[in-house]
Amino acid sequence: MIPMNIMTLPPDIAAISALQSKLVSALRPILPEHALLWEPEDTIPYECDGLAAYKRMPLAVALPETEGQVAQILKICFAMKIPVVPRGSGTGLSGGAMPISQGLVLSLAKLKKILSIDPFTRTAVVQPGVRNLAISEAVAHLGLYYAPDPSSQIACSIGGNVNENSGGVHCLKYGLTLHNVLRVRGILMNGEIVEFGSLAPDTPGLDLLAIVLGSEGMLAVVTEVTVKLVAKPRLARVIMASFDDIEKGGNAVAAIIAAGIIPAGLEMMDQATTRAVEEFVNAGYDLEAAAILLCESDGTPEEVAEEIERMTKVLEQSGASGIRISRDETERLKFWSGRKNAFPAAGRIAADYYCMDGTIPRRHIATLLKRIQGMEKKYGLGCLNVFHAGDGNMHPLILFNGADKEEWHRAEEFGTDILEACVELGGTITGEHGVGLEKINSMCVQFGEGERESFWGVKSAFDPEKLLNPDKGIPTLSRCAEYGRMRISGGKLPHPELERF
Amino acid sequence: MNAANPIIEAFREQILHASNNKTKLSIEGGGTKSWYGNSNTHTKLDTRAYSGILEYQPEELVITACAGTPLKVIEAALKEKNQMLAFEPPHFGKHATFGGAIAAGLAGPGRISVGNFRDFVLGTRIMDGRGQDLSFGGQVMKNVAGYDVSRLLPGSMGTLSLLLEASVKVLPRPAATATLRCQISQEKALRVLNEWAGQPLPLSASCWIGNSNEEGQLSIRLAGAAAAIKAAVPLMSSLVNASEVDPQSAEVFWNALREHQLPLFENLAADQTLYRLALPAACGPLSIPDASNEIILEWHGQQRWIKAQGDEATFNLIKQLASSHGGHATRFKQGSSVDTSFQRFTLLSEQAHSQALELVQERLRSAFDPSGVFATKRLP
Repeated sequence: MIPMNIMTLPPDIAAISALQSKLVSALRPILPEHALLWEPEDTIPYECDGLAAYKRMPLAVALPETEGQVAQILKICFAMKIPVVPRGSGTGLSGGAMPISQGLVLSLAKLKKILSIDPFTRTAVVQPGVRNLAISEAVAHLGLYYAPDPSSQIACSIGGNVNENSGGVHCLKYGLTLHNVLRVRGILMNGEIVEFGSLAPDTPGLDLLAIVLGSEGMLAVVTEVTVKLVAKPRLARVIMASFDDIEKGGNAVAAIIAAGIIPAGLEMMDQATTRAVEEFVNAGYDLEAAAILLCESDGTPEEVAEEIERMTKVLEQSGASGIRISRDETERLKFWSGRKNAFPAAGRIAADYYCMDGTIPRRHIATLLKRIQGMEKKYGLGCLNVFHAGDGNMHPLILFNGADKEEWHRAEEFGTDILEACVELGGTITGEHGVGLEKINSMCVQFGEGERESFWGVKSAFDPEKLLNPDKGIPTLSRCAEYGRMRISGGKLPHPELERF
Repeated sequence: MNAANPIIEAFREQILHASNNKTKLSIEGGGTKSWYGNSNTHTKLDTRAYSGILEYQPEELVITACAGTPLKVIEAALKEKNQMLAFEPPHFGKHATFGGAIAAGLAGPGRISVGNFRDFVLGTRIMDGRGQDLSFGGQVMKNVAGYDVSRLLPGSMGTLSLLLEASVKVLPRPAATATLRCQISQEKALRVLNEWAGQPLPLSASCWIGNSNEEGQLSIRLAGAAAAIKAAVPLMSSLVNASEVDPQSAEVFWNALREHQLPLFENLAADQTLYRLALPAACGPLSIPDASNEIILEWHGQQRWIKAQGDEATFNLIKQLASSHGGHATRFKQGSSVDTSFQRFTLLSEQAHSQALELVQERLRSAFDPSGVFATKRLP
């Protein structure tokens, strides 16, 4: 993790203010007055994204209303060599939209029109600021929906989803953003408008759409997204299974997949989580269970009946101590309510929580949970475990009090330990939240120098001047060297008074 | 990292040798698709020595194997555990390799319902043009650490890096399948397929074969839970007056389509070319002057196969037709007397809003391969 006092050298106030005036006067002629902010009271809402511990003030914030304005802004910044941080709804959890002190924040929030919906080809063309859920709402009357459903779907934007390759609770069956986006129209840092992918099943040349998806705003600024719409299943039912042992729960997940079933959703919560959320939502969770598994089936009524029966059998054979099957839509939503409200529930029992996002092979779920229990003792902090069990994507929520600097430091160390355990178990440091700034040091653990150098090669292919969100996602060589030295000395920094990185 | 593996060391030596001598390498597995893509006469780098399944745990839904592993070995291992490569990559010959299938990036009938090869690639180990042994992605489905370099490999035709190993997501074989068949016009087939695709029906694949302006034969494959198939068969049959094909003949048919063993694919005259058109779902029937009468439509019309003269004028016409509908065209396979030096693909510069991407692509390739060891232009 990055120390709080991070990243920039002590700012030269006079130089920054001169740069700010230059940038503002260059952008003023192309933007309406309300679309350009630079006074601190106006730009302060943009100092951080969903990871509030990481804050920094930008030179200015631009809120363009057309693609043409986005292109002009980029051309101007390109000419002035001013870095640009693209921003969607600001719900990201890894600091990917954290400003750069000598850079511009480019908010795409005002590009929020659904441009077209075509039920025949099952596609919709939307601007990047359109909220994820707004797409599904707009096409519901056609019996269609947009499948990826990150927990923040009520607020997060499709442009942000493209940049993070967001998943959700149903991606085991319906895929990630990658599998549900056909075309991305975007603008390179030099202002050139390009299109990645197409409405056809493939495009000539290398599959550049695949690398733009999940690129955390570092390769191109998204101005238009063509999404795939899928038929809304006629019915969905969920099984809620209790386990008296976490290991049994983890094994049940593997057994369901091994039986040839791909559930629409397969989620797990540990006891600490069910107890925290039950107080909040009264979903009727089994509070004695060590783990609760939510296992959903969707499709035609016939399909669902068949799959629920098969899944129930597997869960029973896996030693479930209790099984309940939702009888109707109200009950299904009730069973899900706790899982969907895990984050607010964590916010209710602790002053702050720090959400991790590692992914591991399914078979190691119980191993990791046991290690996390050990870490809770080591760091003296509690942790709630909710996760997308079906695809091994864990979301440990580390509870701490942010007002206590030392406690936040312990929470960060706890998080770093979890991520390193994920890598060691054959997984990855981030499944869907992105590296951003938060996990940039853990990238040094997951990747070797050659891979990191290749990432910089990819970055330079799109943005040779390294101006587009340049401090995110990929660590520099010197950062990893420094990080290695810090980890080796057991967290005891040789010169704690010095600013790092 | 398995740096001491002598096979990998031999690959490295060959790559460094080529790099030092400013020559290029044409990566090849079983050679079953050597006719696909732009032709070249560069020295071969044969991947077949690096063979074997490295890890396969059915409950993880992922298989990891070396590039030189025969594709049939992979598929047999999956079949034993009732799983499959759901996008049905074509073999085009007995000796097709895993790596070759990835490099070609082709998919079979199931592509329309499950996605293409890149949708299933989770991680790769590659060797770049400097001889660096690099690993990207992993064995888990959700992974956003670093750029998703692995997914650039499918369809890259050996022009980016040497693929050493790949982890690919697998799926359970469907619990039940059924194939329906009817006579129907191309226009009506395209309409009904797209309408069905927007409904919660277990539609898995489609194929229309016929002459452009006449009725043709539409085959529809359904796959899913037994109960879902049972309910869908009468419903869908009655709408298009279709009858069910017996399971054995159905399997033979879909396999022949996947492997290009249907008559349209097999009898290519010396001066003809088999063209592949990739098109948006909205594209209706196309009329191509001078094309042979019979055409094949797959993927609900998004992939179309047409046989026509192999000359430049014909390809230009077909390319323009495809791109005017938002798609692109490929000279997929050429007859024996067609000029082998012809460009087989649509170029990025010929596509709307793609000109700037040509430079991006060039820089991307040189990031992985600065001295151009893999710059065979097999894929432009």
